[in-house]
Amino acid sequence: MSVNATVPGPSAGLDFDMLAVEDVSRHFGRRRALSHISFQASRGTILGLLGPNGAGKSTMLALLGTLLRPTSGVIRYGARAHADSSPALRAAIGVLGHDLFLYPELTALENLAFFAALCGVAEPGGAATSALERAGLADRANDPVSSFSRGMRQRVALERALIHVPRLALLDEPFTGLDDASTAALVARLRSLRDAGAIVILATHDLDLAEGLLDHAVFLRDGRMVESLARPEALRATYRTVMTRGRA
Amino acid sequence: MPKWFTPAAVVCALMFAASPLVIANAPYESTMGLVQKIFYYHMPSAWMFLVAAIVCGVSSVRYLVSGSPRQDRLAWAAAELTFLFGALALVTGPLWARKAWGVWWQWDVRLTASLMGWMVSCAYLLLRKYGGPGSDKLAAGLALFGMANVPFIYISVNYWRTIHPATSVVPTLPVSMGGPLWFCVTTFLLLFVLLLKMRVRLEEQRARLDSLYLSLDE
Amino acid sequence: MFLRSVWLVLRKDLTVEVRSMEIALTTVFFAVSAVMVFAFALVREGQAPEDGAAGILWIAIAFAGTLALGRTFERERQSETLRALLLAPAPRPAIYVGKLLGILALLSAAEAMLVPLVAFLFQAPFLAHPVWLAAILVSGTAGFAAVGTLFAAMLVRVRSRDVLLPVLLYPITVPVIIAGVRATAALLQPEVDFAIVRFWMALLIAFDVVFVTLALWTFEPLMTD
Repeated sequence: MSVNATVPGPSAGLDFDMLAVEDVSRHFGRRRALSHISFQASRGTILGLLGPNGAGKSTMLALLGTLLRPTSGVIRYGARAHADSSPALRAAIGVLGHDLFLYPELTALENLAFFAALCGVAEPGGAATSALERAGLADRANDPVSSFSRGMRQRVALERALIHVPRLALLDEPFTGLDDASTAALVARLRSLRDAGAIVILATHDLDLAEGLLDHAVFLRDGRMVESLARPEALRATYRTVMTRGRA
Repeated sequence: MPKWFTPAAVVCALMFAASPLVIANAPYESTMGLVQKIFYYHMPSAWMFLVAAIVCGVSSVRYLVSGSPRQDRLAWAAAELTFLFGALALVTGPLWARKAWGVWWQWDVRLTASLMGWMVSCAYLLLRKYGGPGSDKLAAGLALFGMANVPFIYISVNYWRTIHPATSVVPTLPVSMGGPLWFCVTTFLLLFVLLLKMRVRLEEQRARLDSLYLSLDE
Repeated sequence: MFLRSVWLVLRKDLTVEVRSMEIALTTVFFAVSAVMVFAFALVREGQAPEDGAAGILWIAIAFAGTLALGRTFERERQSETLRALLLAPAPRPAIYVGKLLGILALLSAAEAMLVPLVAFLFQAPFLAHPVWLAAILVSGTAGFAAVGTLFAAMLVRVRSRDVLLPVLLYPITVPVIIAGVRATAALLQPEVDFAIVRFWMALLIAFDVVFVTLALWTFEPLMTD
């Protein structure tokens, strides 16, 4: 095994400074989910995938997470191309899916400890406990996840995705179900991830929350990239402009 | 005129010629009488069933290894022909068995193994029809497992006594019967190749249509 | 790392199951119902046909096994946790082995209930050779579950998965059913011919080896789309 199980933190798994998506398309039969997408993100960036439902944001995240292969085009993780999805590469990626990837019968602590251990974190129990503290759910550690509200589950799911301190964090609609306080905590969490040198890819349709958070915004519509902007400002206005562009 | 017309016409002519000319003029087998002539259809169907199953299995494995959609299309086409020729063999077999053994169905090794193989081809087609997207890989896995399963089915069923005539009778047949038999095998083989090619072509056209739809979108 | 991942997945599955007992209880009850249906169909004048007990036992195992496989992977599908397992840096064959062992544990528990029940209802001397019987049950169940776990895992992504699982599984596992039934029936004879039992055992073990190897080899390519 190439995964170094004893050292937690960003040094576990494959090391890369740059994520590059080069002319990537993905079809499902006759349906085009994504076509000719290209963008780059270097470490210490928060990149937003913005667009309405069905624009291909989740497919893009699945491709980046090695769950799907592109029909054409390449995704590069540093020098490594997509084709060789290895445990070392997966160890560097954390995914928060639209479905939460949690076992409802298990407690929050058990869920986190299980995934921490599976990801090769040195002390799964300790990592899970401190993750729950970060989520503000330390007092509910031994309750089954099925008894949690949607917002609480979302917070646990986020900590699950980040439990092995991934170099690349892929988050699908992370603000769903969160109240204002949790949202602020999440925004702070994402900023600290960026400052620690991670690449954060965020798929969302919630422009107000993404405002001011993104270093780079990729606008998707019907599987196509309509705009890619560095340091986007006035997201809502920009969004309206680029999304209606080219439409009668 | 479509380019498959001539080969199709030739195969049709040969198939039509088989029954009235070649088989009718083959000698009358004394104990079995007229029913023996089913054999000229039964054995070639059974052989093509086997050939189709092998083509399906091999191309499925190649699809799993290489991921090439060509192999996937070939496997699908071969699976449909496995179903078709298997059905022919399984219908003509009992017709012959009723006269030869006195029963329609006998749980002997070859019959049972053929039935199981045919069931796998049914399962394959059901999966492709109702599985939706993502079922192509699974279908290839099924074909691989079906192939690996053949010796196990054979050995497990063989523990019951077999009463199927052994394959070794074929070379010992008199020329007057062997000639028509080989004629039928050849025409069935040509039919198999023709159907396989046409079926693969259909899938290729479909794939091209899909990519045209996709490029229309660009 | 491989064994550790296997153990983690297995322990997780057992914890979930012990907590809810859903699959264990429904599977056992389903198996018992199947035994009843076959009893009503086959018993004449209060007597089960010869070898009937062996057949009924294995049919119940096959039916219950399909149910347990379907439910186990339905559970992994509900909040897409199977994707999470595949995303983890653990070797993917280890996830297959973990799930397989979980299913085996579940089915072994179901069999532990089923065997005395069938023995009791059909006056079958199942417990005359307990070690042989256990060996036959374990190797037969392993072969069945080895194919079933792979198919059920792949069917998670597929439409009509509930009905397709038995459709794909039964034709492939026919040798397991034949060998299991014949070996068990041989054990039930007053004078057991161990040559026959050993023959079927050898076939079952060969089946297990071939199909587990194939499943380990194909699990990774079959699970990435």
